[in-house]
Amino acid sequence: MNQTVAVELKGITKTFGTVVANEKVNLTVQKGEIHALLGENGAGKSTLVNMLSGLYSPDGGYIYIRGKRVQLTSPKQAIEYGIGMVHQHFKLVESFTAKENIIAGKRDTWFTTHKHIEDKILSLCEKYDLKVELSKRVEDMSVGEKQMLEIIKVLYQGADILILDEPTAVLTPQEVERLFNIIRKMKEQDCAVILITHKLHEVMAICDKVSVLRRGENVATVKIAETTPTQLVELMVGRPTDLAIQNYKVAFGEPIYKVNNLTVKDKENVSVLDQVSFVMNTGEILGVAGVAGSGQKELCEALCGTSKISSGELIFKEQHLEGKSPREIYNRGIHIGFVPEDRLGMGLVGNMGIVDNLLLKEYYIQQGLLVNRKGLKDKANNLIHTLEVKTPGIDHPVKQLSGGNIQKVLIGRELALSPDVLVTSYPVRGLDIGAAYQIYDLLNKEKQKGVSILFVGEDLDVLMQISDRILVLCDGKVTGLVNAREITKEALGLMMAGHVQEEGGDYSGNKSYKNA
Amino acid sequence: MNIGLFLAAAVIAGTPLLFATLGGILNEKVGHLNLGVEGMMLMGAIIGFMLGFKTDNAFIALAGAMAAGALGALIYAVLTISFHANQVVTGLALTIFGTGFSSFLGQSMVGQIVSNKLKASFAPVRVPLLADIPVIGEAVFNQSSFVYLGYVSAIILFIYFAYTQWGLNARMVGENPAAADAAGIAVNLYKYTHIVIGGAFCGLGGAFLPLVYVPAWQDGITAGRGWIAVALIIFIGWNPMKAILGGVLFGGLDILGLRLQGAGVHINQYFVDMVPYIVTILVLVIGGFHKGSKASPPKALGNAYFREER
Amino acid sequence: MGIKVIKTPECSKRKKVWIQMGAILAALVITSLFIMAIGHNPFKVYFSMLEGALGTPYRLKETLVKVIPLLITALGIAVAFKMKFWNIGAEGQILMGAFGASYMALNFDYLPKVVVLTMMIIAGMICGGLWGLIPGYLKAQFNTNETIITLMMNYIALKWIIYLQYGPWKDPSSLGFPKVANFKDSATLPNVFGVHIGWILALILVIIIYIFLNHTKKGYEITVLGESENTARYAGIHVKNVILIAIFISGALAGLSGMIEASAVSNTLNMEVAGGMGYSAIIVAWLSGLSAPIIAIVAVLFAVLIQGGAYIQTAFQIPQSAADIIQAMILFCVLGSQFFIQYKIVFYKYTLHSEKGGHTI
Repeated sequence: MNQTVAVELKGITKTFGTVVANEKVNLTVQKGEIHALLGENGAGKSTLVNMLSGLYSPDGGYIYIRGKRVQLTSPKQAIEYGIGMVHQHFKLVESFTAKENIIAGKRDTWFTTHKHIEDKILSLCEKYDLKVELSKRVEDMSVGEKQMLEIIKVLYQGADILILDEPTAVLTPQEVERLFNIIRKMKEQDCAVILITHKLHEVMAICDKVSVLRRGENVATVKIAETTPTQLVELMVGRPTDLAIQNYKVAFGEPIYKVNNLTVKDKENVSVLDQVSFVMNTGEILGVAGVAGSGQKELCEALCGTSKISSGELIFKEQHLEGKSPREIYNRGIHIGFVPEDRLGMGLVGNMGIVDNLLLKEYYIQQGLLVNRKGLKDKANNLIHTLEVKTPGIDHPVKQLSGGNIQKVLIGRELALSPDVLVTSYPVRGLDIGAAYQIYDLLNKEKQKGVSILFVGEDLDVLMQISDRILVLCDGKVTGLVNAREITKEALGLMMAGHVQEEGGDYSGNKSYKNA
Repeated sequence: MNIGLFLAAAVIAGTPLLFATLGGILNEKVGHLNLGVEGMMLMGAIIGFMLGFKTDNAFIALAGAMAAGALGALIYAVLTISFHANQVVTGLALTIFGTGFSSFLGQSMVGQIVSNKLKASFAPVRVPLLADIPVIGEAVFNQSSFVYLGYVSAIILFIYFAYTQWGLNARMVGENPAAADAAGIAVNLYKYTHIVIGGAFCGLGGAFLPLVYVPAWQDGITAGRGWIAVALIIFIGWNPMKAILGGVLFGGLDILGLRLQGAGVHINQYFVDMVPYIVTILVLVIGGFHKGSKASPPKALGNAYFREER
Repeated sequence: MGIKVIKTPECSKRKKVWIQMGAILAALVITSLFIMAIGHNPFKVYFSMLEGALGTPYRLKETLVKVIPLLITALGIAVAFKMKFWNIGAEGQILMGAFGASYMALNFDYLPKVVVLTMMIIAGMICGGLWGLIPGYLKAQFNTNETIITLMMNYIALKWIIYLQYGPWKDPSSLGFPKVANFKDSATLPNVFGVHIGWILALILVIIIYIFLNHTKKGYEITVLGESENTARYAGIHVKNVILIAIFISGALAGLSGMIEASAVSNTLNMEVAGGMGYSAIIVAWLSGLSAPIIAIVAVLFAVLIQGGAYIQTAFQIPQSAADIIQAMILFCVLGSQFFIQYKIVFYKYTLHSEKGGHTI
């Protein structure tokens, strides 16, 4: 067998219950090659690499590592074969130091105090141009640092076949560039790198080859030099697709919700939102950009009244809403819809059916002490019908539906309250392209009706297309409020990293903004 | 009241608590809240006593006690690790089982006294030099070898968790089993071994009571000490070293009321008995103020972990 | 060939019942081996347990008397557990309920019976409820672990009752024997059809709790909060209030059990008033899947087991503790069986190769 081949998968099949996650997948990755795994959410990318990292075991097929046929039944074995995975959701212990996280799972020494352990880590960092503070605790680290730590951990375990699962999702464009440099270093060291992503431009920028997965099957493996983004999308979706998101111009909006000097503090009394000011207009989508954890969650919750604010003003058409609970806001006839980031953990009750989930926003309006589920059955059926929700029944636990259908139930419920303001947090995260576009359409329709929409997003391309204006947050502060039509991605990236937009933001209208 | 004598008595009263606490720490460090401590202690107590009574051999008695405690822990481990049963309910069931097991086997043993030969095996051994330290020397270093076993175990466990690779791995299992799994740590193996060894420690703690402390068999001999141990684990912040001091402190509270009455001070024993529980509640409440301190419980405590969760 | 464990999406009610039955059967088989090992015929022992619990009208009544507190306490626990508030403190709440009721019984027994009993019920429920409210408040305010705190409070309550029994409440006419004075007739619950009136209360409570959890707004809020605190906050539910209300109800029901036990069964206050009932009730509530009607059934089965266990001691000279062992065995088996409700084990074939083991070839 060819000695330059690092990984070869032949006919890998994996099913979960009745769902086929991977079907006869073939894949070959060479040493010193950066190989992208491209596909929609649910196409089977994560399942495939989880079999390579030993977390799942395949139902059928062969795995070859450097020409040897292997059976990987645990991550431990995968590590022994030099396979290392940087998970999308970091596998780190928050209360441990960087060093403890790096060496956990190793078996070469009895005691963790040996001097040579630290030397080894530091020389590794030098080799790949990585940086880490060994005694820093993970809970004190930024997202970028955590990811760096994950990479060091995997390299320290001796991996030369690296799998990176959506590594750029949480990074600023500048951090992405730094990560790419590290990946290029890995390539120079003859490592095989498998990069999972759904961002085309990244694939084009850094990879040598790309394999496209669709519905669990590998539909094509092509060299980057011989393909185009349009062709890749077609392979991913299975039909020619126009990637542009419709953006409707709506007649000049009126200010509806004013936020003045909003400050929110967490339990440790640290400001997670610091003097945030902006205005939301009717018939407008206001995008919110920022690295994960920059205060987006707190902003959404403050706007809806679900969490307390420390100071500042929230003014909805002359009415002060600060310190008001969601119900008090509702009782004043102000309808604020909220589609939170954590759909099953916050927006819905996973173990309940659609009816009981509709009840969540209705029961306290009902008369008497008892809840009334009768009228809600029709509403539930109506929702299933209009939004084309696929479910076995209106009382079937929503957590068992697919991501897209869960999101439709949640958005459907919020829209049924005919909101004046709709706050959405990562509304298309984890959805496949079809479902995502349905959601974009829904939001655009609401916008045309005059609803004022806040759209917290992570994909800057999407944000720039769907939003009218974009608010940039960094560490809880506003670092820019810009016109989505005229801004560049690089400029947004700088603001996300904390460079304040030079021209002061005038948040009351739609006049054009220039970036720094 | 003689401080030295009181301290010596507190050390003895604290030894069963120390062993049970160490056993509980082993459980909780890998993320399992085991409310079966009382049950495992009773299992160890009766088997340890019966074997000691029949054979007059201290080693056989202790080995039996450890095996009995480990057996109880194994039942718990199988149910909570492999079968994902609720940890709280399983722990309570284990306590019911241990209570029934000990009073069933112990029915014919009630009132039986440990033989002089066996007593001699657990007689105090004076540690030269250390025992000459004023006030505490006599109390701490002129004790039964069984007590020394407790000190040594605590120190070994402390070093194990703080400085060894396996200890680090075990802590990772308790903090974030998914991360431990991804790092190549055999999560279930770590859980099984730590819980079972923890059970053996609880068994030893139980056996100390009929073999050394009383020394005779009574029904329900642990008298709620297993629950005090559950409290003590929190009080000492999951630190095996501090378990030695915690054991002496709670052991001292156990005997304080009677001693004070002997000394002519009238304080009600029942109120003194409440102190360990009240202190534990206070520790939990105060601990709730500043999160993330070193003494916070393992993150994954009480949660089941199952890899192919989908 | 390989074996793997997969999560099953939904388990039919019928399958659940079969699995539980299978678990109980497995427990009986294991216990049979145990009974045979100590030299008895397991069928005879089981039969006489049934006989001992249900055989004569008198024994049936005795069993019913055991059902009542178990049932009421388990209903209370179900309310807390529905909220995922692990209230292990029913034992202490029973004791404090008994304490509150006894205070009324001992000090106001000159009043008419209806008044005394009403005062006792109210005092019992308030004391039990307040005892539950302490860990509830700590949870709501500081997010402390309620499992440990409720557990600790059991012992504080127990020591308090012992203190009263041996100290200030000791009956001077008992000639130095540490016991609290017996209640007068005005403080004793009346009998209806030969069993004290508690059984009617218990039946009414089954219906009330069923409706409360499934059809009232508060019940819905408790369920939502149990599923996810974030969802509850999102929906505008006042989380702290709901925690406090639910745990107060939970403790109050345990307190009511304490009142019933003190008034109708022991006729006085003593440290055995709870007698492990608080822990057994946790198990009853858990095994019933927190459903009120099923709690009623399981409570009866448990009482039969306890009563029958007491009977075999006289019939076979098998220690009563054998009943504890049987009880624990059933628990272990049922706890283990829950796994098969959520997961199933599948045998499957590799599609390409069939050999097992061997990491490399």
